[in-house]
Formats: sequence, structure tokens, C-alpha cells
Amino acid sequence: MSALDVGQALPRRRMEVLPALTPLLVALVAAPFIGSLSTFVTLTAAGLAMGMMIFTMASGLTLVFGMMDVLNFGHGAFIALGAYAASLVLLPLANWSSADSFWANLAVFILAALAAAVISGAFGFVFERLIVKPVYGQHLKQILATIGGAIIAEQLLYALFGPAQIPLTLPRTFEGSFVFGDAAIEKYRVLATLVGLAVFAGEMLVLNRTRIGLLVRAGVENREMVEALGYRVDRLFVAVFMAGSALAGLGGAMMALYRGQAHGSMGGEFLVLCFIVIIIGGLGSVGGSFIASILVALIANYAGFLVPKLALVSNILAMVVVLLWRPRGLYPVSGR
Amino acid sequence: MSILSGDPPRGRALQILLILIVLALAGAPFLFHGAKPLNVAAKTCVMILLVASYDVLLGYAGIVSFAHVMFFGVGAYGVGVMLYALGASWGALLLGLVVAAVLSLALALAIGLFSLRVQSIFFAMVTLAVAYAFNVLASQLSWLTGGEDGRSFKVPGVLQPSFRLVRDKVFGVAITGKILSYYLVFAVVVIAFLVLLRVVNSPFGRVLQAIRENPFRAEALGYRIVFHRTLATCLSALGATLAGALFSLWLRYVGPDTALSFSIQVDVLVMVVVGGMGSLYGAIIGAALFVFAESYLQDVMAGLSQAAADARLPLLPALLHPDRWLLWLGLAFVLAVYFAPSGIVGALKADDAKRS
Repeated sequence: MSALDVGQALPRRRMEVLPALTPLLVALVAAPFIGSLSTFVTLTAAGLAMGMMIFTMASGLTLVFGMMDVLNFGHGAFIALGAYAASLVLLPLANWSSADSFWANLAVFILAALAAAVISGAFGFVFERLIVKPVYGQHLKQILATIGGAIIAEQLLYALFGPAQIPLTLPRTFEGSFVFGDAAIEKYRVLATLVGLAVFAGEMLVLNRTRIGLLVRAGVENREMVEALGYRVDRLFVAVFMAGSALAGLGGAMMALYRGQAHGSMGGEFLVLCFIVIIIGGLGSVGGSFIASILVALIANYAGFLVPKLALVSNILAMVVVLLWRPRGLYPVSGR
Repeated sequence: MSILSGDPPRGRALQILLILIVLALAGAPFLFHGAKPLNVAAKTCVMILLVASYDVLLGYAGIVSFAHVMFFGVGAYGVGVMLYALGASWGALLLGLVVAAVLSLALALAIGLFSLRVQSIFFAMVTLAVAYAFNVLASQLSWLTGGEDGRSFKVPGVLQPSFRLVRDKVFGVAITGKILSYYLVFAVVVIAFLVLLRVVNSPFGRVLQAIRENPFRAEALGYRIVFHRTLATCLSALGATLAGALFSLWLRYVGPDTALSFSIQVDVLVMVVVGGMGSLYGAIIGAALFVFAESYLQDVMAGLSQAAADARLPLLPALLHPDRWLLWLGLAFVLAVYFAPSGIVGALKADDAKRS
């Protein structure tokens, strides 16, 4: 076979397996200490659901960073905006939530999720044009400008929705738990896990199987080359930024429903978590942030059960350990 | 002007503004009567030191850190916890200060060595995460820190409000311990500010600026980047620790809201950028403007909001609500980042340059 065999597919980059297995390893190590199987199952299921919600928020951040080299400190504002947007649907349609019909419950959840994603995405467009666009390529100014944008956005949210927390109720179908023997798994956690998996699958499909995904990945690797080939990278940028914001909004809406309240302070809180996740996962890597979200959530849950005092700093410890092992995260993106 | 390390403020308008601010702060207890103006003046002094030490990092070294308030908190809690545990004595105060300084140095060194090797953006994220964890930790270790309630403590006798230095009033003002502690704060801030000015105008400061402008070239010239950046982090952490210690000494209270909250970090960022990055004098102007606005702008906004509500304008009352004052400062912040990267100091300098 000659080296110029045109029909042959390009050699695929080998994916490293070990980083992907870290959540499993953590679960295996933690299992004997936890002892009871039912507790272990409950904790693991809860961790997976939490991980999926975190992933939904963090993947938007890592996508924007990978594609545009913009670290968006305003990402938290989109998370909070998503939570408020969900309340715009859930409060007027409260009787759908409390109805005894599965379909009405599901419809109101989907509507709320859609509203969160669409409103956050639209606001992402404005944010990109006004705040981010003037400072592309200047890291220091980017950080400052997006923080300023975040301050303004958070204050605007308080001005529009009031400073108090907005209570949200879960649609009736998703309240309560499935019980297997002694282990109880909340229904909403199952739903959150499914949504998170769907988001991950969707992102992977778009990135790996479509032309737009190809361009985005190429733009991550080498922006100038893609521009030289005649593609409008700046339009692609806006689209990616809107997608990232929409994901943040979706994650925020799911988290707000899980907590039963929407409030502006959610933004800052989860922004920190998102940063930890994307650092662990490797800046710019969607797959890495998927693994890292599960890892962080599992560790937080196990630590919360075993050594509650440690749980507060478990994220930081996980980050330090991972970075000592792999200084650029679980799945480093080349060129960063 | 060796006391200013050969770096006096340039521009007539800037000089006049600075002299006014410093005179107002120096004479605050005698010029303005009542508790609120003195509190505003003391907070301004503390913020000047906090912002100036942050500017060493952000403006001179070009490093964005979100852990600056953590060091502020370490200083505040160090002094607060020691005075609370050991009782009001100068020894406890000194011990708290030393412990806090050592802890700050250790933290700054660890963070710096760990994360300054890579991009500055990485440092920003790591400091944010560490500061957040520290914040949670401080409010959880309630046996030590008093948790969310914080700790109220007694200060050494000379600084207590009931103390009188002389029996008679001086210029119509009784010289209480409160005024003495104000002047303690003022004096320490002045000295620390001059020290920082010395640092940024030293060869070390020049290297920092060189690294900010072009790290690759600075390294090629033989300067060790990680060393210089880490040292800058440590110095600025010490400044913040001192500011924190002064603040808790002034308030005679330390708690998460006054010493560790993330909103203080945002405030510091706003002050640095609006005042002027890369010039320590910007810290004086930024801090004075910010604290003044924080204390008095809200009253103005309450009036405007009421007027808008009376005129039945939509949305405006909510936007002008006194609690939304940060919205307007955020707007000023973003505009400053885009149009006046060197802040008020830069604008005043440019004006002066045009005229001459």
C-alpha cells in the first residue's frame, strides 16, 4: 500500500483511555469506604445527575474558549438568565405542572428548557457583539470586559426580576423517587441525566459529523488557515458563542428546577465550578469537560458522605491532583 | 522628590485632585463631624492600600488575580481572631499580623508557583477557584472564625472609642481612641503606599513591566519570569493582608461580608480600572471615588428613583433603585476598559499633555 493511497481514511488520533476511566476509578475506590450498596447507588446516581447538569453549563464555556480563545467570565450571567427564563414559563403555566398528566408535565418542562436556551442564546448574541467583539485577542481586556458585562447583566436581572429568590416547583411527574430495594433515586435526577447525555451526544454529533462541526474544530486548531480557505470565521464565532450561552441557560434552568428556586447569585456560584471542570477536562475539550464534570460531581458526593468537612474543598483538591498528573488537563487540546 | 521614588503624579489637574483627596483624608476627623464621614474616610484609606497592592499585580505585572480579597481576608481574620482569642493587647495584634502575613505568603507562593508557569488566563481561573474555596472554608470553620456571624472583638485600650488622649477638645473635637485608630490607619496606609511606589519604580518594577509588555523578550534577556511574577504576587498579597488587618482593626469586627465576600473583589477591580491601571495614583483616585459613590451615590439614586416612579416611567425606577448602583459602576467599568484603559489618571494626563 503506497503512502499516497487516496481512498484510505486519514489515520485517526488515538484516544487515551485512562483519563476517561477516572470517574470509574474514583467510584471503585470510594465504594468499600461507603460500605452499604444502596447508599453507594444513591450517591452515584445523584453524582451522575449533578455531573450532567454541570456539564451542560461547562461545555458551553469550554466550547467558547476552545473556539474563540475567549474566557467568558460572563458565563455565570447566562446560567442565572436561564434560571429566570425558566421561571417565565413555569410560573404562568403552573397548572400544567400540577396537572395529573405526564404529557402536560413533560411539555411544560420542555417549554421551560427551550425558553431558557433561546433567551440565553439571544442574549448571548447581544453580549458577543457589545462586550466581547471589541476585545478579541487581548486576554487581559477580555477578562475585564466580560466581568464588567457580568456585573451589568446580574444587576439588570435583579432590576427586572427583583432581588428576591423566585420559588419554582417541579412538574408533578418528576417529583418523588424510584425505589430499588433500599436505594432511592430521585426521578428528576434521571431526567437531568438523560438531558445531559442528550446534550453530550448532540454536541459530539455536531462537532464530529457535520460540516459546521468540522469548521469549528478546524477553527480551534488554526483560525487563520480556516479564514484563508474563505470561511467567515467571525460568523462562526457568534454562532458558537450563542450556542455556548444557550447551553449555559439550559443548565441554569435545570439546576434552578432541581434546587426549586431561581436567583442571580447562582451565576457566580456555578461559574467557579465550571472553571474547575474545564481546567480539569483540558481547556477547550468538550469530551474532557464531560469526564471532568462527572469526576467532580462524584468526588463531591462521596466526600460529602465520607468526610463532610472536606467536601467543600474537594473540587480544588481534585483539580490540584489532576493537574499534578496531567498539567494541561485530562484531554489537552493541541495548540493551547 | 525622593519620598515619591522619583515618580510624582504628572499633570496639573491630577496633582490638584490628589492633593485635595490626601488633605481631606488627613484632616477628616477635624473637617467633617459625625461617625459616617470618618467611616467613609477610613474605608477609603484601607481601599487605597488594597487597590494599590492589586495594581502592582494587575497594572504593573499584567496578572489577573481573583484571590486578592482572600489575602485581605487573611489579614482581617488573622488580627480579628487573635484579638478575640487572646484579648485586647498589642502583642495579640502583632502576633495576628505575623501569622496572617506568613499564611498569606505561603498561599501566594503556592498559587504562584503552581499556576504562573502557564498562561495568565489559567492563573485567573485558579485564583478564582481557590478564593471561592477559602471563602466557604472560612464560613464553615465557625469554631475559629465565627462562621457567618463573624467575630466582634476588643482593640487595645488606646484605640477604644472611650479613650481620651487629652481632656480638652482640639479644634472642637474630642481626641477619642476612634480618632487615634483613624490616624493609625492613615499613617500605615501612607507608609505602605510609599513602599509600594518604591517597589514599582525599582529595577524589579521595571522588569515586571517588561514582562507585562513582552514576556518572551524579557525571558530572552535573562529574567526569570516565574520568579518575578511570583514575587509580585507575594508582595501584593502582603499589601492586601496589611489592608485587611487595618480594616478589621478599624471596624473592631471581622466577618465574611466585610473581609472575604467576592463582591469586594469586584469592587477592587472596578476601582483599579476606573482609577487607572498601571499607575499607583490611580488607586487613590479610584478608591476615593468608589467609596464616596458607594456611600453617597445611593442617596442620590434613591431620589432619582423616587422621581422616576412619581413620573410613572417604566423600568427606570427599578434601574435607579439604590441597590442597583453597581449597575452604573459596572457600565462605567466597561466603558473605561474600552475607551480609557489608563482610567481617570490617564485621561487627566492626556488632557495636560494636549494643553502644554
